[in-house]
Amino acid sequence: MIRWLNRQKTEFLSFISSAGAIFAMFWQAIRWTSISPLRKREIIDQMNKIGVMSCPIVSLTAIFTGMVLALQSAYSLRSFQAEMYVSGLVAVAMARELGPVLTALAVAGRVGASITAELGTMKVTEQIDALETLATNPVSYLVTPRLLAGIIMLPVLTMYSNILGIIGGYLVGVFKLGISSDMYMRMTWKTLLFKDVYTGLIKSLFFGIIIIVVGCYQGFKTSGGAEGVGKATTISVVTSFILIIAADCLFTALFYFVF
Amino acid sequence: MIEIKNLSKSFHSHKVLDQLNLTIQTGETMVVIGRSGVGKTVLLKNIIGLLKPDSGQVLIDGQDITKLEDKELDKIRLKFGMLFQGSALFDSLTVRENVGFSLREHTRQTDEQVDQRVKEALDLVGLAGIETLMPAELSGGMKKRVGLARAICMRPDITLYDEPTTGVDPIMAAATNELITKLHDRLKITAIAVTHDMTSAYKIADRIAMLYNGKIIAIGTPQQIKKTTDPVVHQFITGEAWGPITRNKSFYVKD
Ligand SMILES: Nc1ncnc2c1ncn2[C@@H]1O[C@H](COP(=O)(O)OP(=O)(O)OP(=O)(O)O)[C@@H](O)[C@H]1O
Ligand SMILES: [Mg+2]
Repeated sequence: MIRWLNRQKTEFLSFISSAGAIFAMFWQAIRWTSISPLRKREIIDQMNKIGVMSCPIVSLTAIFTGMVLALQSAYSLRSFQAEMYVSGLVAVAMARELGPVLTALAVAGRVGASITAELGTMKVTEQIDALETLATNPVSYLVTPRLLAGIIMLPVLTMYSNILGIIGGYLVGVFKLGISSDMYMRMTWKTLLFKDVYTGLIKSLFFGIIIIVVGCYQGFKTSGGAEGVGKATTISVVTSFILIIAADCLFTALFYFVF
Repeated sequence: MIEIKNLSKSFHSHKVLDQLNLTIQTGETMVVIGRSGVGKTVLLKNIIGLLKPDSGQVLIDGQDITKLEDKELDKIRLKFGMLFQGSALFDSLTVRENVGFSLREHTRQTDEQVDQRVKEALDLVGLAGIETLMPAELSGGMKKRVGLARAICMRPDITLYDEPTTGVDPIMAAATNELITKLHDRLKITAIAVTHDMTSAYKIADRIAMLYNGKIIAIGTPQQIKKTTDPVVHQFITGEAWGPITRNKSFYVKD
């Protein structure tokens, strides 16, 4: 019993200390933006890797989610003869919740994993040590460009996903439920508030930070060869998922009560 | 001058370096020999501040680098060039970008100037014309020499070589030895090389130090080391399977 308690205590302490270390890394990465000139080439490269190359998976998820949302809500709304409200419901659900969260989860799976694998491999093959011997701070060289790219690209991807989700809903609404195209768009604009969109984008920005910082942190912490890289990648994705869901809950509550 | 004073470093309960003392004069090439796993790489990493010792000091021209902040440490590291045992080339960058990394990061030279310096460094290690290849396209020995080119491209005052000739063919190994000697003679570079290749050690060393059980147990010029009476050193440099180092070790099969 005492042993068990002790284990819980050490696990709790290690959780706190890694949370602290993750935050410290985030802070350092931000600080480096003011210390040394921005590495534009790396940032653009990472924006391409994080943003542009995530487009296919994000498109797919968003369109289908929009379609499913439309169908599912039509199923409920049909009993009230209120199918025309499908459009507003899809738009609001996408902008406030599903756009940001699904995009973040897709990006965490794709980009978070690859960042951890890349940095983890660099760690175990001593490339990160080599960076240090060349008097280059690994956080400034590796984390800062990725973080900036993530902070920029996640909201952009989320916006993109919102639009595609609405298109998905439109396809179902117009071609399957028989709502007129004009009516569908009008109801979308009437229901969707600017607030819905920007709270979603704020969320996505924080999700971007979570994905990148967790990915980099787990990469830097990797030890033990190829097996270690595999383990770190798994931990990175799982941690990102949990933190994204938790942060989503927190922000949703915050926005609900404050705005 | 590099002074290492009472340096200790353990991993978990395994004591790798134990109150180690070693002084390397400016312009001297010191070769540290020792068996695999004895802690040679750990020693080098302590000297350049990649590992923090549990206790002890590493003084570079009188400055204790174990107590420095990152920023000051980086300033000192600009004086260093290090060749890693596994080369540690950046595999997302081309050979040119690898070798010229420091120049691009820390100097204001134009691309042409950097490329010129990269070319010179690659010529020195006998790998002219491979600038555009990626590390994955190189053989192990070629990686080692690109790593060497990267280490010397900034014209450092101090170079650390972790097994410069391991995994390189004998002709290239001889060329590498010559290169290290040449750098030393021409540029008065202070060098610490770690190796268990005795041919190379005799060729490049001003002095040889033997690391054993966490301490330097013998130090001297190649002649002095060759004539050693210490049985441990003698067994190592002559490469005999049976001796004080391997006594009681299970892998030795007695007939
Ligand atoms: N990061 C680390 N964590 C735990 N143990 C380590 C670490 N680095 C080195 N060691 C241990 O320290 C000892 C010395 O390792 P080191 O790499 O310095 O050996 P070496 O003398 O360079 O050997 P070789 O000639 O094979 O390269 C080994 O027993 C190794 O297990
Ligand atoms: Mg070694």
